Amino acid sequence: MTLAEKLLAARTGRKSVSPGEFLSVPVDLVLANDVTAPLAIKEFRRLGVGRVFDPKKVVFVPDHFVPAKDVPSAEQSRVMREFAQEQGAVYFEVGRAGIEHVLLPDKGLVLPGQIVIGADSHTCTYGALGAFATGMGSTDIACAMASGETWMRVPHTIRFVYHGRLPKWVGGKDLVLFTIGQIGVDGALYASMEFDGETIREMSMDGRFTMANMAVEAGAKAGLFAVDEKTLEYLRPRAKGPFQVYTSEGPYSRVVECDVSSLEPQVAFPHLPSNARPLSQVGEVEIDQAVIGSCTNGRMEDLRVAAGILKGRQVHPRVRLIVIPATQDIYLKAAKEGLLEAFVLAGAAVSTPTCGPCLGGHMGVLAEGERAIATTNRNFRGRMGSPRSEVYLSSPAVVAASAVLGRIGGPGELGL
Amino acid sequence: MKLKGRAHKFGANIDTDVIIPARYLTTTDPGELGRHLMEGLGEGFTGKVSSGDMLVGTTNFGCGSSREHAPLAVKGAGISCVIAQSFARIFFRNAINIGLPVLECPQAEEIEEGDLLEVDLASGEIKDITRGRMYKAVPYPPFMLEIVRAGGLVEYTRRKLSAR
Repeated sequence: MTLAEKLLAARTGRKSVSPGEFLSVPVDLVLANDVTAPLAIKEFRRLGVGRVFDPKKVVFVPDHFVPAKDVPSAEQSRVMREFAQEQGAVYFEVGRAGIEHVLLPDKGLVLPGQIVIGADSHTCTYGALGAFATGMGSTDIACAMASGETWMRVPHTIRFVYHGRLPKWVGGKDLVLFTIGQIGVDGALYASMEFDGETIREMSMDGRFTMANMAVEAGAKAGLFAVDEKTLEYLRPRAKGPFQVYTSEGPYSRVVECDVSSLEPQVAFPHLPSNARPLSQVGEVEIDQAVIGSCTNGRMEDLRVAAGILKGRQVHPRVRLIVIPATQDIYLKAAKEGLLEAFVLAGAAVSTPTCGPCLGGHMGVLAEGERAIATTNRNFRGRMGSPRSEVYLSSPAVVAASAVLGRIGGPGELGL
Repeated sequence: MKLKGRAHKFGANIDTDVIIPARYLTTTDPGELGRHLMEGLGEGFTGKVSSGDMLVGTTNFGCGSSREHAPLAVKGAGISCVIAQSFARIFFRNAINIGLPVLECPQAEEIEEGDLLEVDLASGEIKDITRGRMYKAVPYPPFMLEIVRAGGLVEYTRRKLSAR
């Protein structure tokens, strides 16, 4: 069996499961945010049960439109906050929180072998820890909050094996953009993606979170990594209990091998994450805004790479650079390491943790005709603002370098 | 149950940011969401929609975010069903859960803008009256049919919980 199959079989007490099979599965963690929770709570009330199945396993994180951007979003946060208090559920307030998919693993709330569902499509991020994690809608979340279980169709598994050493300035974001470019935005529809190979085993946890995060951009239900020494090291100070680890044996519906040793930084052109091109084939693309942050690339490693490029340089006069550390802990660490100072001195706007501009919510919405390069996960039409704006996706290294250049380019052009 | 309406044709990978841009996610009211349906492609789409009309897409309809506001906006705008060659999994699930009929039809590409369609939800038959063609939707798996028959996931779960 594959990672997904072994995990789902174990959690449902079966010897084996096969792709296509429908299962009722117990959930170890259910989460929602300020955009999806109000709808989930509305549906929960219709179920006629007073209490959530286990308040310790139900998590609410205000992160999309916070700190509240307007009165309706303040109301949404209030609905969620009051429900969390009423139920005694796990809740992280603004100022003690951050972007859910960076926050939860960091707080040790997600462990290998768990089944996690969240009313946010990027819940698949936790696959980096070997958890079967997937995004669902508010009604699914409402029902799981009440019953402690959900239904799933066992996905088939596509295995991606990466060989070779990553070149300078090439990382998890480039690998996942390249892969989505290869298979398309529905290339892994309904599938579980498994990422493995010597390149992956060398990759940091931050890089793995970035890759698992974007599995949904290929249509996947989950993006899984096997637990190794790096995972265990990450978990050691965080995990509060025992967890289950699995190894993958197949069979796979497809195996995709990839030699990364000559891979270039990738840039996904509008309006699909699959429109990936190597940096050398980007051409002259001037930008108005650059964004470093999000559940995809707002982690320590991302900020360190960006600050390393921006230190002692200036953001191009035409460009607005917005940097958003993903959590309060990362914000504080970035302050202590002097990264925030480097950003501010370079002429960047540094924001408190929020999803903000990634989904065109606030903190950097684009006007008509404007163009942004971002470390975020989606470049759909109008994603960051006006339907007539454009978003290019890339890594923190390319976004930082582009902010200085005023057009899309890599650190190499700055002599780095 | 039979549905009848005009087709509004879309291409591949219609994403949820296009279906309902995030700036409208501060409400959960289907009617209000429906007023902004497909605004990600520019304004004016809802002005062309009559109650009962259908959305027709090709592959990967509803990709992107998990926002249930997307199928709610479709429903709220008076659209009776969505037909596509394939759906993104979260959108498909959300639609079933809230009782918006979604039909997977390999020949959806052949349907054109403005075609008059008749859909029989029980048999899965899609009749293109304008072109005199007949298609068949992929049947729901039995498990999912139980949810559809219960009238959505909330009803299904409520029954399950009360049986415990």
